Amino acid sequence: MNQWKNFSKGLLKENAVFVMFLGLCPTLGVTTSAVNGLGMGLATTFVLVMSNLVVALIKNQIPDKVRIPAFIVIIATFVTVVEMVMKAYVPALFDALGLFIPLIVVNCVVLGRAEAFASKNNVVSSIIDGLGMGIGFALALTALGAVREVLGSGSIFGLSFLKGDGMLLFVLPPGAFIALGYLIVLANKLKAKTT
Amino acid sequence: MEYVLIIIAAVFVSNIVLNQFLGICPFIGVSNKVDTAIGMTGAVTFVMVIATLFTYLIFQYVLIPFELEYLRTITFILVIASLVQMVEIMLKKISPPLYQALGIFLPLITTNCAVLGVAVLAVQQDFNLLGSVVFAIGNAIGFGLALITFSGIREQLDMMNVPKQMKGVPIAFIVAGLMALAFMGFTGIV
Amino acid sequence: MAKKESNFVSMVATLSVVALVAAALLGGVYEATKEPIRLADLRKRNEAIEAVVPAFDTVPSDQIVKYGMDGDTLILYPALKNGIVVGTAVETFTNNGFSGEFKLMVGFDNEGAIVDIAVLSHKETPGLGDKMERDKSDFHVQFMGQHPDEFNLAVTKDKGDVDAITASTISSRAYCEAVQRAYEAWKATR
Repeated sequence: MNQWKNFSKGLLKENAVFVMFLGLCPTLGVTTSAVNGLGMGLATTFVLVMSNLVVALIKNQIPDKVRIPAFIVIIATFVTVVEMVMKAYVPALFDALGLFIPLIVVNCVVLGRAEAFASKNNVVSSIIDGLGMGIGFALALTALGAVREVLGSGSIFGLSFLKGDGMLLFVLPPGAFIALGYLIVLANKLKAKTT
Repeated sequence: MEYVLIIIAAVFVSNIVLNQFLGICPFIGVSNKVDTAIGMTGAVTFVMVIATLFTYLIFQYVLIPFELEYLRTITFILVIASLVQMVEIMLKKISPPLYQALGIFLPLITTNCAVLGVAVLAVQQDFNLLGSVVFAIGNAIGFGLALITFSGIREQLDMMNVPKQMKGVPIAFIVAGLMALAFMGFTGIV
Repeated sequence: MAKKESNFVSMVATLSVVALVAAALLGGVYEATKEPIRLADLRKRNEAIEAVVPAFDTVPSDQIVKYGMDGDTLILYPALKNGIVVGTAVETFTNNGFSGEFKLMVGFDNEGAIVDIAVLSHKETPGLGDKMERDKSDFHVQFMGQHPDEFNLAVTKDKGDVDAITASTISSRAYCEAVQRAYEAWKATR
């Protein structure tokens, strides 16, 4: 029950994007399509889970004053692993996400979870927390990507259902801001209803 | 002339915040007041230029000769994190007033993806040393322009009667979208 | 387990150990992915060559020509069938895309007419400039079978023969420029 709470809070109640407003740069930058959003979400989830795991494992061995630098090294290591593996096995997705893969390092969600959760909890809870937060993040990115793709290109997950162009505005940068603004309104409404 | 073009492109055409989506967290987070926005811009400019200079030198003269380009991300973030610390300590000693003004923003900058993003972009685009620094300055100006204008608009927004669910961040995003739309008008001037 | 104390020795020791383990892990992953990364690049290039020249059975690596032009290198891949050259794929570039550089693979037959064109890599705007990709629009079709000596490789706005991608004149211009450059390299190395 408790573990379910650790997992599910990341999905909506403490959703990184819609509620905490963290990790917004990749959220806006890569979501020109649902697939890109999902890919970025999964890459971030991997880094989140692994860094949470390692931080929880060695939290007692790290002196308090060098905590943050140590966390940053750990996170940067896993980001670089993701970078190389994606380049090798999914080069097309790697090209599409571009700069935002190395920028996972400075995604506040990752360092935030290491500092706020993994450095105070045991390994299992930390993994579950990372998984929940990561999946919540991936869902948010996929949702935003899907909205922008449907409105902007008239397709979903690359499957086209519209002849010609959609409302181009939504694939362009301004559409990212506007679509995310309205999605947050929607999340606010949902939250207001459930509580 | 080439350097003027780099600056114009970085400030207007591919504005770091409104077009490249870097530094969105401070853009939304510290844009409630014009004063804090100016402080943040100062701190970011300072760190961005120095960080780009250092990471450029390290990339060209350490990572490339030893074929360690794959350590780019980890090296850059460490350089930036230690730079921020050093700047903080030095400012405290050398110029307490400046530290007073920028101090609280400095720790936030380590996780500002604009700084790391510009450092990575500068080495990706094959600029020379001066070009990289000019590129960093241009992006810092672009960041400041977007942030300060935006905070001015948000101060006005506070006095408006916005629907309850849209108060705060959602309406800020929609305004940012309209600003990005306005900036698209600069497309093609370079 | 008690938390470790923050004295100088423990801090330095911890950070060193963390950095050492990180470096070892990264070195290992780098070695493990080096070959797949090289293969992935190779596969992408081969697919592009196959798409733009007539059916062939081999591209002999010792007949690949590198041709320096405008500050960068173009690569020419002759495609052979039964020992006879049936076409040449030219890897070309432009620096004037909407977001800077992009690379194309242009196929020529033995008379110099364009067989087909594929995009190797680009950073153009999704929904606009990225329509130059083969599976996103039919932009590349109008080039097929045209000979650059008779077909003016410029957009209609510049009094050329190429219908630009809607709202992406800059990308289309850069595309034409890259194709023209490929043709010149092909002519110069005959």
